[in-house]
Amino acid sequence: MDLEMGEDRFFGSSLTILRRFLFRILAVGPIPNHITFIMDGNRRYAKKQNLEQGAGHKAGFPALMSMLKYCYELGVKFITVYAFSIDNFKRRPEEVQYVMDLMQEKIEGLLKEESIVNQYGVRVYFVGNLKLLNEPVRVAAEKAMLATANNTSTLLLICVAYTSSDEIVHSIQNSCQEKWDEMQASKVNGACNGEICKQEKERCAIKLVDLEKHMYMGVAPDPDILIRSSGEMRLSNFLLWQSANCLLYSPSALWPEIGLRHLVWAVLNFQRNHSYLEKKKKHSYLEKKKKQL
Amino acid sequence: MLPNAPNRLLTSVFISFTRTSRPLRVSTREPNFTEEYRNGVVNGRVAGAGAPAREDPLPEGLRRESMPRHVAVIMDGNRRWARARGLPAASGYEAGLRSLRGVVELCCRWGIRVLTVFAFSSDNWVRPKPNVGVSLTLLIDGCCFVLVGLSKLEVDFLMSLFARALRNEGIIPMFDLGALQAILLLNGNIAYNHDFHASNRRDIRVSLIGDSTKLPKALQKLIESVEETTKNNSRLHLVVAVSYSGQYDIVQACQSIALKVKDALIGPEDINEFLIEKELQTNCAQLSHPDLLIRTSGELRLSNFFLWQLAYTELFFAESHWPDFGEPDFIEALRSFRQRQRWYGGQDP
Repeated sequence: MDLEMGEDRFFGSSLTILRRFLFRILAVGPIPNHITFIMDGNRRYAKKQNLEQGAGHKAGFPALMSMLKYCYELGVKFITVYAFSIDNFKRRPEEVQYVMDLMQEKIEGLLKEESIVNQYGVRVYFVGNLKLLNEPVRVAAEKAMLATANNTSTLLLICVAYTSSDEIVHSIQNSCQEKWDEMQASKVNGACNGEICKQEKERCAIKLVDLEKHMYMGVAPDPDILIRSSGEMRLSNFLLWQSANCLLYSPSALWPEIGLRHLVWAVLNFQRNHSYLEKKKKHSYLEKKKKQL
Repeated sequence: MLPNAPNRLLTSVFISFTRTSRPLRVSTREPNFTEEYRNGVVNGRVAGAGAPAREDPLPEGLRRESMPRHVAVIMDGNRRWARARGLPAASGYEAGLRSLRGVVELCCRWGIRVLTVFAFSSDNWVRPKPNVGVSLTLLIDGCCFVLVGLSKLEVDFLMSLFARALRNEGIIPMFDLGALQAILLLNGNIAYNHDFHASNRRDIRVSLIGDSTKLPKALQKLIESVEETTKNNSRLHLVVAVSYSGQYDIVQACQSIALKVKDALIGPEDINEFLIEKELQTNCAQLSHPDLLIRTSGELRLSNFFLWQLAYTELFFAESHWPDFGEPDFIEALRSFRQRQRWYGGQDP
């Protein structure tokens, strides 16, 4: 028994050394700054393995931890995961409750000493319309954000009760409210002659930067790679605004089956297109500046 | 005698104008431009040949109930296609135009209601290099419009696309303009002279979305005419996205909404997804959200095209470049779409 455990530990250490060596080689080229994951396929995995309903989500958690570990080892600074969509509330109530309970348990687990958060100095953000969550989950999420607020090495954004359209609506509402307040303030403050009014109007017009400022995802740069497991090639209302120039990759593996090789493939593909995309991003940035969007 | 590079650039465009018109004064020499493309043959079949039935039987493997109603296409790879054949980029765009004709034809035959094509992003405008000493002057109805400071390739492509609306062939309906005369001057020399006359209706509605202010006034005028004349057509709605940016579309929708808030027509708390939908440029189409997006040439990204509208769209990435995208590729995309399971985040169907 001890011999077997010893062998397992040796094997595990060897794999880790090999993996780190592989990452060293990858790091010769550009490393993506921000990778996002749509964790799709948990339910199909449960069906495939004849597990009970909901167990697929539990089986997906170790896969998430592995991918986070690989990304942080590789040097990726920002990771976003699509944990729960607003659309997912349409599922069976038992499944929704199961996922909520699982999330609460795992969020509380993140704060433990040995968790990945402390190992890699991860700051955790929960992104989405958190008011839609039940109270225990919301409280756990807020506690986790507070507890990790001083971590600065890496960022983990967990999208819960999130859809991109909800995020954009929220951003537009806040931008309009902000500009409305500014306009009211400027009316109160001064007499309005023609020239000042024109300047004020221009200042009060909503621009792209205003919208981006109010996005839930405004705390992170745009993603470089979006990985959706299970082979489905669609965004499902995830990061529509932010994935304008992002590499899309959809391996056929179900989320609990996702592994290192999928991440390596995605990074290699990213490196292949990197210089071209950097030029496009620079050009796009200059165009936006010119248009003063 | 015209300089070589602009000559090659322009001849492929002129070919599309000259089939039923007067002989050119410009040489029509195009190196390596195959006979098939001259005759409008696409992938072995004559594009647009014959009058299509209203609803043709579908190819094997497709079912009417699982066909997308709105297909969007990013027509990528025209230049790479041309470069691979040692042709100028203009040839790539010309071949791309023929490919588009083929796809429009297929959409009409198979009952797809809306086809959106991404012609050029606002990220694609490139200033001409200073040593390219070509200026194109377009005279329409005696008015002179000079095309400067814009990408000639893109402008030529669009001129071909919309000018086909004025001729008795091609992808979009025609209308009677009388003796509209277009004269293209190349560095002051008359390069092309064409009279447009009308015939045929194919019942296709054409719209343009995007920032058309960057286009030459002549082209804007042309586009307005086409949009106005075709607005009641119902067989297929062809939406051409030019200088379009998904983010810009959302910003301009937001600005329209902000004006309504400023005028106290609505409060910020009234802003919702439906309001935003109404203000997006894609509100010109009844079905503004594509069911299927196809991007050619193997690039796995969206390039700032249709962001809001792609929330639940199935994405299909084809390896072939756009000029090579024909019926078999389209069928493959539609078969892939048929196999997708769409549950929009909810229960398994």
